[in-house]
Amino acid sequence: MAAHNTPVIDVKEMTKTFGSFVANDRLTFRVERGEIFGFLGANGAGKTTAVRILCGLSAPTSGQITVAGYDVWTQSEQIKRNIGYMSQRFSLYEDITVYENIRLFGGIYGLSRRQIRERAGELLGRLGLENQRDTLIASLPLGWRQKLAFSIAIIHRPGIVFLDEPTGGVDPITRRQFWDLIYETAQSLITVFVTTHYMDEAEYCDRLCVMDEGRIVAMDTPYRLKQQYGAQDMNEVFIKIARKEI
Amino acid sequence: MRTILFLLQKEFLQIFRNRLMLPVIFVLPLVQLLILVHAATLEMKKIDLVVVNRDLSTWSGRLAQKFTASPFFRVQDAGNNQEAAQELLRKGQADMVMVIPAGFERNMMREGEESVQWLVDAINGTTAGLSYAYASAILADFHRELLQETGYSAGMDLPSGINVRERYWYNPKLNYKIFMIPGIMVLLVTIIGMFLSALNLVREKELGTIEQINVTPIRKYQFIIGKLIPFWVIALFDLSVGLTIGYFLFNMPILGSLPVLFAFASLYLMVILGLGLFISTMASNQQQVMFIGFFFIIVFILMSGIFTSTETMPAWARTVNIINPLAYFMRVIRMIILKGSGLTDIGREMIAIGIYAVLAMGLAVWRYRKVT
Ligand SMILES: Nc1ncnc2c1ncn2[C@@H]1O[C@H](COP(=O)(O)OP(=O)(O)OP(=O)(O)O)[C@@H](O)[C@H]1O
Ligand SMILES: [Mg+2]
Repeated sequence: MAAHNTPVIDVKEMTKTFGSFVANDRLTFRVERGEIFGFLGANGAGKTTAVRILCGLSAPTSGQITVAGYDVWTQSEQIKRNIGYMSQRFSLYEDITVYENIRLFGGIYGLSRRQIRERAGELLGRLGLENQRDTLIASLPLGWRQKLAFSIAIIHRPGIVFLDEPTGGVDPITRRQFWDLIYETAQSLITVFVTTHYMDEAEYCDRLCVMDEGRIVAMDTPYRLKQQYGAQDMNEVFIKIARKEI
Repeated sequence: MRTILFLLQKEFLQIFRNRLMLPVIFVLPLVQLLILVHAATLEMKKIDLVVVNRDLSTWSGRLAQKFTASPFFRVQDAGNNQEAAQELLRKGQADMVMVIPAGFERNMMREGEESVQWLVDAINGTTAGLSYAYASAILADFHRELLQETGYSAGMDLPSGINVRERYWYNPKLNYKIFMIPGIMVLLVTIIGMFLSALNLVREKELGTIEQINVTPIRKYQFIIGKLIPFWVIALFDLSVGLTIGYFLFNMPILGSLPVLFAFASLYLMVILGLGLFISTMASNQQQVMFIGFFFIIVFILMSGIFTSTETMPAWARTVNIINPLAYFMRVIRMIILKGSGLTDIGREMIAIGIYAVLAMGLAVWRYRKVT
């Protein structure tokens, strides 16, 4: 595939400091089109910081970064047209209904009224939320809200979607259901960039980048990482990486 | 434009679904107007005026009589003993002394003008300013009567140092309530507008929903306009409520044109909302908005001339008032409602507030950051 020659996310020496604190230390990586790329790291490793830079929400301190072919320094608005983002903090409007949220974000992304109606119908059908169309977000269970937030984040059919700890706080079964949704989406060649600190979730990724204290300490497919560290599962990999640090 | 409509739809849905918002929008203005008008008016006690009459003519007697008849003055007659009158002022037993000079009637007849001397206890600036305002209104009234009777056209000098404009204030019954209602309406729309918009925006920061907006290709001005219009509409609605209450409940006359008033109010609210949104783009939580907002609002209110004309303020205060949007609206709303001033009379203020509106909105759009 020709697409593989041009990575959709290309990051060289990305650094972000808050005062003297280095939250992202010279990160370098590429993400190919259609990949499910995971950022694995403990609390405070710098995952959110990196995602926010890639989404054009926060300016890097230094580094060469392109997303969807656009430079984050100068073309952040073009990037925003081509990506979807689901933030770590739940960010749909809780005091308006499911449909009203869909309509709002569809409208902001410039969809026509007809497109909004069609895509809303499709989306609600896929999630099995037809009966919840006029329910306030605040009264939906967390797992449903997350699926909804994900679906709304890609309502404009972007090429890349960034998911920052999309399944925080839910049980493994609900996580599994969420990932079915992600796989469905990735089949349509959308690139998924996801951060997590759940090991089961890490296993679902095509490629993983393990972060610790702002630095990338390992990067490969889950299979090869397990081989490399002689581990049974990602949990063991993670523990071995952490021990080495000490 | 389409984007803005989607944002507005969402804002209005949120506002009307919020149980706390409706009382704020509908009940607060009523309560504020009813309570504040009374509270602010009770503040005024009768002014103790000592009259020194050195002329003992018909006209001087009539002038003194006009003050006695006014509900705002308690008049003491000191005969022609100015010393005794000043002593009362010094002891704090009088707020004001009026000295009618010998030859008052004669000079009025001949020259059509004469001065009366005023001595004012100015410790309480507000009372002093008000006393001045009332006294000059009575003088102007008296002068009008004389003119009608005699056909003289020349003017009578007002006490030196007071603002000549006061002479034209049209509030013939000197009803302080009616003077205060427009002022309180200014406070009302200012506080409602500034805090509702500022708190609303900063709340999106607290909840994190603003991130989801910032990650879209929305334009900065679209977002700010989407936050501005709902509260602009609400504040204008509250102004209408205030005017209705003033008109029907307090019998406040509305002498000027309502379209002109609303045109000015619309521009004024853009200034206030722009400043409110500007504050919230800098703040990171609601407490900060309240602190910064209250700081500015209180300074602006105290200097706005709500109790007494800004013209009696010292020069530095008037200079500061050039950037005080409340001072403009306070003046203009009273000019329009109580004096019947038209577009030409308030043209200067209209232009100033228009420029200010552009600046404030520009500031808010500029300071709102999609990338931090
Ligand atoms: N605006 C900021 N100012 C100062 N420090 C910050 C700021 N944002 C993040 N940090 C710090 O940077 C570090 C990395 O934060 P980040 O949110 O990227 O971590 P994370 O990997 O997403 O962790 P978590 O799993 O808790 O979400 C943390 O120590 C955090 O305190
Ligand atoms: Mg995070």
